[in-house]
Amino acid sequence: MKTFAEQNFPGRLIAVEGLDGSGKSTQIYLLKRWLELQNLKVYFSEWNSSELVKSATSKGKKRELLTPTTFSLIHATDFADRYERHLVPLLRAGYLVLCDRYIFTAFARDVVRGCPPEWVRGLYNFAALPDLTFFFKADLEVSLRRILDGRPQLKYFEAGMDLRLSADPYESFRIFQGRILEQYLAMSTEFKFMTVDANQLVEAQQVLVRQLISKKLNLDTFKRAEGVVVRAVSGPRKKNKTVEVAE
Amino acid sequence: MKQPDENQIVVPRRTERRFYGQGIPGVDPRQLAGRLIVVEGADGSGRSTQIARLVEWLEGSGHATVQVGLKRSTLVSEELERAQNGNILSRMTLGLFYATDFADQLENIILPALRAGFIVLADRYIYTLMARDLVRGLDEEWLKNLYGIALEPDAVFYLNVPPEELVQRSFAKNAALDYWESGMDLGLSRDMFDSFMKYQTLMEKTFRQLQRTYGFHIVDGMRSTEAVNNELRKKIGAILAGKLAVT
Repeated sequence: MKTFAEQNFPGRLIAVEGLDGSGKSTQIYLLKRWLELQNLKVYFSEWNSSELVKSATSKGKKRELLTPTTFSLIHATDFADRYERHLVPLLRAGYLVLCDRYIFTAFARDVVRGCPPEWVRGLYNFAALPDLTFFFKADLEVSLRRILDGRPQLKYFEAGMDLRLSADPYESFRIFQGRILEQYLAMSTEFKFMTVDANQLVEAQQVLVRQLISKKLNLDTFKRAEGVVVRAVSGPRKKNKTVEVAE
Repeated sequence: MKQPDENQIVVPRRTERRFYGQGIPGVDPRQLAGRLIVVEGADGSGRSTQIARLVEWLEGSGHATVQVGLKRSTLVSEELERAQNGNILSRMTLGLFYATDFADQLENIILPALRAGFIVLADRYIYTLMARDLVRGLDEEWLKNLYGIALEPDAVFYLNVPPEELVQRSFAKNAALDYWESGMDLGLSRDMFDSFMKYQTLMEKTFRQLQRTYGFHIVDGMRSTEAVNNELRKKIGAILAGKLAVT
């Protein structure tokens, strides 16, 4: 697998990964604002947000129809739709594409659900690797607290209830997230994750992110032509939630 | 139809079962006592007529049957239909959407029915899906990995009807050609008739290529319904009696 740069795309793809509650969505939002304010060509795309697949996914989740295999496939369909219709054309046009979760989310989550790792990786091998991947590494307890403090209504799949880890959704969520963290850590070197300590303050993390981006990319090459009126700058966003759980 | 007496019911012998690849997590193929019979062929090749007759014959012979087909899953069939009507799917997305539909039926209908000892008649299976994707330029290895979830059927019959006859049957039935069955998304020709002929010729060629890997029984679909059905019954009868080698 090659990165977009290695495939001679003029654009660059930046992905963020991390557990629910690691603060990665906040960080990528701040990164997006910083880039946009410099008048750069930026596009933002979120995991599981394709309009095309949405109703099937939500039906599957609501009615608990999904198995590990169909869960994996429906997310791959969602990804393929965004990849083929948005990410690739925009990268061809020299955009900076920011992805809140990328294929590594599937690698971690589907494997925890019991799908064979080689099968899941094979499924996504049509996708190029990100040029930069930030991994927001918070202590398990920190991210759990961020999600669980409000005692939210955890949904069936987001709590990993389909894995029958525990009858208690909160306990199930803890075990599930712990296993996903293990998967992330195991692939961190292989995929050259740039690990950010997500236990730090928001500002401290953002300084680090911006420094790394400035060092690795020549941002001037992504400038918009003078006088271009910007309308749509990102794909559909999910409703703003106080508690952000990615499923 | 002559009804066989109760002593003539053939009790199928158990045979070696396997998945093409990784299979479905947690499913032991040895526990699947039923039989899986696949009928493949283009639209207008007579699949549904043949299957309806087979069901009648099998039930008359004391076998419980279940039927499956493409785009019939609870999970994604409606969404897939809607997306296809909008012609907004790119090839990878379309392929994965169909794979999701297949997996949902595999896990929720085919496997439970086989576990319960039913004879499952599949009106098309992964081969049509693979052929369509191959014609659209998707990678064969990628497809093999994707459909490694599929169970190897006991027999696959390919009803072979040349494109010249398919086009006549399609007009006789609907007085129109279907957008997708004409492969209009491929841009083979702006003329729908030409596109249909080219697309169906490509599909036929791809099926012959797949035949070498998967060993279908190629059935001449140009004969009378009766003649085709007799051949199918003879072969299925032999499979149930354990005489015909698994394809």
